[in-house]
Amino acid sequence: MTIADRWLLPDGMDEVLPPQAARMEELRRALLDLYHRWGYDQVMPPPLEFLDSLLTGTGTDLDLQTFKLTDQLTGRMMGASADVTPQVARMDAHSLKRQGPVRLCYCTNVLRAKSDQHQGSRSPVQVGVELFGHAGLEADLEILRLALGSVKAAGAAEVHLALGHIGLYRSLVQAAELGHAEERAIFAALELKSPGELAACVESSVKDPALAEMFLALVELHGGREVLDEARSAFAEAPASVGAALDQLAALCEGVAAADPQLDIYIDLAELRGYEYHTGMMFAAYVPGYGQALAKGGRYDDTGRAFGRARPATGFSMDLKLLATLDEQQPPCDGIWAPADDAPGLAQAVQGLREAGERVVQALPGQRTGPAEHRCDRQLVRMGDDWQVSHLA
Amino acid sequence: MSKQLILALSKGRILDETLPLLADAGIWPAEDLSKSRKLLFDTNLPDVKLVVIRATDVPTYVQLGAADLGIAGKDVLLEHGAEGLYEPLDLEIARCKLMTAGITGAEPAHARRRVATKFVSVARRYYAEQGIQAEVIKLYGAMELAPLMNLADEIVDIVDTGNTLRANGMEPREKIADISTRLVVNQAAMTMKHDRLKPLLNRLREAVTSRRG
Repeated sequence: MTIADRWLLPDGMDEVLPPQAARMEELRRALLDLYHRWGYDQVMPPPLEFLDSLLTGTGTDLDLQTFKLTDQLTGRMMGASADVTPQVARMDAHSLKRQGPVRLCYCTNVLRAKSDQHQGSRSPVQVGVELFGHAGLEADLEILRLALGSVKAAGAAEVHLALGHIGLYRSLVQAAELGHAEERAIFAALELKSPGELAACVESSVKDPALAEMFLALVELHGGREVLDEARSAFAEAPASVGAALDQLAALCEGVAAADPQLDIYIDLAELRGYEYHTGMMFAAYVPGYGQALAKGGRYDDTGRAFGRARPATGFSMDLKLLATLDEQQPPCDGIWAPADDAPGLAQAVQGLREAGERVVQALPGQRTGPAEHRCDRQLVRMGDDWQVSHLA
Repeated sequence: MSKQLILALSKGRILDETLPLLADAGIWPAEDLSKSRKLLFDTNLPDVKLVVIRATDVPTYVQLGAADLGIAGKDVLLEHGAEGLYEPLDLEIARCKLMTAGITGAEPAHARRRVATKFVSVARRYYAEQGIQAEVIKLYGAMELAPLMNLADEIVDIVDTGNTLRANGMEPREKIADISTRLVVNQAAMTMKHDRLKPLLNRLREAVTSRRG
């Protein structure tokens, strides 16, 4: 084994060093406190579960992302949690079984066999909230506001909100009675936002000319809030559920804009992220300088069905590691330096200062680094029988 | 934060056909690209900059957000994968075909077909879809040589006129995809700079349409 092999970490696995670790912890506390103030109870999902329960009703993407190993006690396959949301949905549906709306939050390490974006982390710290048991827009709006509040709490000055609704695409697919292969081809073209490829797919598989028009309109319907008005005219003849989805988006826009008039809102009616589990509105929060969304969420009703209780659900999650890079401050130089001395009274003086909440660093005999390296701006000095704190030059 | 746009251009043949199209859309480099060894260029618009890089690097730059948008061949995009990218416009230039080819008249003898290509993922996907067990060999150039030297039974490559194939005693076989140059956009950029990007996209689209004649 060479020296390189000893320190090399696997791709996408990273260690967090000071001061970033302190920054992450500070942010973790700030976020959990924020969620507490909004009435969310914290849960801690297990790091490993049997694969059957971990992957129930979640689609193939999560399956590929899950690290797998054998449970030597039972011989069954286990998976390391790659996304906390289905676990929290199970807690709500099976373990808690509470009546009425349930608000849960979490902050936990997850592992991903395959990162969900190019060169992304395989060991993110997932932090987020889920609201179960309410199907209304009010719940979605609460989640949206909390997500924007979280990104701002992390220090983002300028946030861009992307809003979409999976219901539009679902309604059109249903109305067009598409086969699986045809639907996949249209899906791929829409994901690329490629009008050319979409036109080719739609021409060969959507018979109804009015519906074909609507599919083609979908790919262009992204931009500012004016997109909703354009969509009204493009989807005038569409199934009623399309109009309902547009109403929801308009109401959500109004709701978030009322709370934050400066917010930049981007509407994307062809956004299809999480198609396998999303059932309603979807959103992502972007911050300039980051090539990926910092917070992602949306409505995912029915996930609990596999655990015996289908419940309306909406929520969002973030990667704390990424979020903590928003505001990289140098940690303050605020400690008190105590000499390496067993003089009487020193130990009590140090103890007293620590109990009062001060950070006291006691020197060790023979050490060559000084107060500056240990971020101390003051020191303990002897005044007769007493120890006093004095400022360092 | 300023809404500066970084546009990544593919070096080589595509570049010569891209620049007139960009000029029609109202963007031209502040200096002659061919006479400079620089990689990052200013344009006539203060908020638009150009980077000129290898075609295969364009999707990576755009995907990771180092560039907001880019211009690359569909062949490169197929090989790279579309994750994190939008592909809103076909520039309809540098058209060709991605095809399989082999020695004229020769039947692939091996049950496990040996395929030489620089489009490794595309070739793997294509042969798997055809139900053919293929062993893909990565080469960086002169694909036509591989079957002649009995390194491979077939090649997967870009075919324009087919002259190079014929000159080496080979024939094009199956078409995998029609290739043309595409505009790609980073998804985060589309979200945050849509007010800047959409007009640019529309101008480019008009330029493409007017060239169709």
